Amino acid sequence: MSNLIAWIIRAIPFGTIIMFGSMGEIVTEKSGNLNLGVPGIMYLGGFAGFASSYYYEKLSPDPKGWICVIIALSAAILASMFGGLIFSFLTITLRANQNVTGLALTTFGQGVANFFGVFILNGSSYSAAPLANAAFAKKMPFLSSKFGVISKTVFSYGFLVYVAIILAVVLHYVLNKTRVGLNLRAVGENPGTADAAGINVTKYKYLATCLGAGISGIGGLYYVLDYNQGIWATTGQIEALGWLAVALVIFTTWKPLNAIWGAYLFGMLYWLYQFLPSLLGIKVASYVTDLIQMVPYVVTIIVLVVISFRKKKENQPPESLGLSYFREER
Amino acid sequence: MEYAVQLKNVTKTFGKVVANKDVSLDIRKGEILSLLGENGSGKTTLMNMIAGIYYPDEGEIFVNGAPVEIRSPKDAYNLGIGMIHQHFKLIDVFTAVENIALGLEKSEKFDMKAIQAKTQEICDRYHFDLNLSQKVYEMSVSQKQTLEIVKVLYRGADILILDEPTAVLTPQETERLFEVIRNMKNDNKSVIIITHKLHEVLEISDRVAILRKGEYIGAVDTKDATENSLTEMMVGKKVELNIQRSEPENTVKRLSISNLTVYNKEKVKVLDDISFDAYGGEILGIAGISGNGQKELLEAIAGLQVTAEGSSIRFYERGKESSPMELVGRTPKKIRDAGIHLAFVPEDRLGMGLVGSMGMTGNMLLKSYGRGRLPITDTKGPKQLAERVKKELEVVTPSINTPVSRLSGGNVQKVLVGREIAEEPTVLMTAYAVRGLDINTSYTIYNLLDEEKKKGVAVIYVGEDLDVLIDLCDRILVLCDGKANGIVEGRRTTKEEVGLLMTNLKKGGAENE
Repeated sequence: MSNLIAWIIRAIPFGTIIMFGSMGEIVTEKSGNLNLGVPGIMYLGGFAGFASSYYYEKLSPDPKGWICVIIALSAAILASMFGGLIFSFLTITLRANQNVTGLALTTFGQGVANFFGVFILNGSSYSAAPLANAAFAKKMPFLSSKFGVISKTVFSYGFLVYVAIILAVVLHYVLNKTRVGLNLRAVGENPGTADAAGINVTKYKYLATCLGAGISGIGGLYYVLDYNQGIWATTGQIEALGWLAVALVIFTTWKPLNAIWGAYLFGMLYWLYQFLPSLLGIKVASYVTDLIQMVPYVVTIIVLVVISFRKKKENQPPESLGLSYFREER
Repeated sequence: MEYAVQLKNVTKTFGKVVANKDVSLDIRKGEILSLLGENGSGKTTLMNMIAGIYYPDEGEIFVNGAPVEIRSPKDAYNLGIGMIHQHFKLIDVFTAVENIALGLEKSEKFDMKAIQAKTQEICDRYHFDLNLSQKVYEMSVSQKQTLEIVKVLYRGADILILDEPTAVLTPQETERLFEVIRNMKNDNKSVIIITHKLHEVLEISDRVAILRKGEYIGAVDTKDATENSLTEMMVGKKVELNIQRSEPENTVKRLSISNLTVYNKEKVKVLDDISFDAYGGEILGIAGISGNGQKELLEAIAGLQVTAEGSSIRFYERGKESSPMELVGRTPKKIRDAGIHLAFVPEDRLGMGLVGSMGMTGNMLLKSYGRGRLPITDTKGPKQLAERVKKELEVVTPSINTPVSRLSGGNVQKVLVGREIAEEPTVLMTAYAVRGLDINTSYTIYNLLDEEKKKGVAVIYVGEDLDVLIDLCDRILVLCDGKANGIVEGRRTTKEEVGLLMTNLKKGGAENE
């Protein structure tokens, strides 16, 4: 039992990282833009969030936790939206190939983060922002201690975990119940028709892609300042998480509400290697561990196969996903 | 007389092509007007100018008596004008109501329930049969069309333009559409129907306006019109073209097609029980309004269409005339190798048969990549062929390696036709071979086809221009609604006869001569 609880406590924060990543990508893809730069954007967000709060902590005579949160969040969102803007400009205005641009953005984001990271690391292998970490990882008072198991599994996380859930619900509502959502989906499905209906396709694509990138970037921030205990290190971990977020988008069949449970499921699957053997009381070799870590990707492939077989229109990607829009000559 | 829309001396050109020349046309309030004309007579262009898709180069448009500028579909909506295009502008995964809600004015509150109620009211008033919560991808073509009409009415249109609305409908659906149109007329709305089906014109409209080659010929009250009088106005007098036409010699039966039936994706019959023969040493023309099965017929012969049971296409190979080969069920490649070649010129010339980014050599290679000592393909042959085509057909290109997408339309077509001819086929099928070409290049192609005929090739020529068909072809098969509506002799027929066969299905179909 305690093993299971430990597993859940690991899985939910892990899921939150990729939940942000994939919710941002869902918004982007709903506009018909396939941004494969998610890992790069999460790098940008994570690094900007870390660097800004690190310097604030270091330079301010009396640093405060809540200011840390505001600074880190703003920096992370701005930096990742900048990544989205690059992608938008290249693919929407210049009509560059979306796949190539996205992959380049992944490399770019990782490169930028690691390059500037050198100045903070200053020769050591990692560097920390403890105050920001404390602020982000702060548990809810009262709720996180009074209800035994429920407190442990449900209320023992930093606030971004709950923000992610609320955001998923908000996104669901906006996409499905508002004019903006209807217009956005129309742009992603059939930009020609949307254009004919008087919707500004370019504006929607730009906004969705930049906002989406902003949301994805929070995933990177959450990883560094909460999940990774406020430590910036030179590992490639964020990239792996970014790809997992892209996989999760497919798993959710482009529905934000599915991202909630899908992300936690991915979290459980990711930590499967550590907890399942002990739950079952067996020992596994280390190479098996690596195999087990592949399970989320395998699940994604299975989901792809299943939705392709069922051919249900609602579960398909937006119809014009990955295509640039050329307005017909008038 | 109150007019809904008046066009005064409207002219529209695309580059050098004049789509509409000095057209003046009135549309009255509360009438159903048919706009009649052959393919390319400028009907849709003219209407697109009222709907805000195009803007006229010259001339004026009046709506309800006042001069207006219609710069966008939105302007048209605001003036109460709505057009239902042939290609529907709908989002597949949205419901009917969501499609209607899309792009509504910002001033209107986004309340799905209210929108649904208002839509339902429109449906009830005009007796539209529409399930508002149904997704578009689950709808039939007719339902999608209904949705487009409702969408336009929802935005308050009083003037509706329908571009060939019955082209995709079954007879029963057409009947229902007509009923709805009459309901709209009774509601004092003006309806314009672009069409070339004469019996529908006579059935539904109050007046008929006729366009020919971009020019306005006139308008008549439907009650004074007959099919013959309308056809005459539509096709006009025969123009002598002096196309070289040799007498067919030693004709040999090459293709024998019987009971050919093809269904499209929507399970609608696009070819219905077609039977005819094609002979080596003659040119068989295929006439018909576009979209009446010409493309499917050629593709079926080339093995690119799935044919229904009972269809038979027999091919009499050179030297093996006594034992014909059944083409149904064979792969396109087998059929090609047997000597049946198809040169199809689609609306976008590079859409079929040529690769735009490759040069002439590469495009020649496409049809012969299997030759040579595998795995290395023979490139010398295609290169020589490209040189030959370039020289003989006078293709204007800097080099045979220049990507064909950089060539002008006429030259692209020469490459396409030249490649097929060079393979020395037994049967050569060409579709719209002169589409978009200037007069001189067109004659080059006509002469080429005549040369092929002299060589004993069975040429099948699908064309749009009746004058050309009558002057070039030995026999003309006329398609109407996917049926063979008759075969006429090119030397003896008249334009009126062919025109009537194209627009007017004979009872009981055609008798094969």
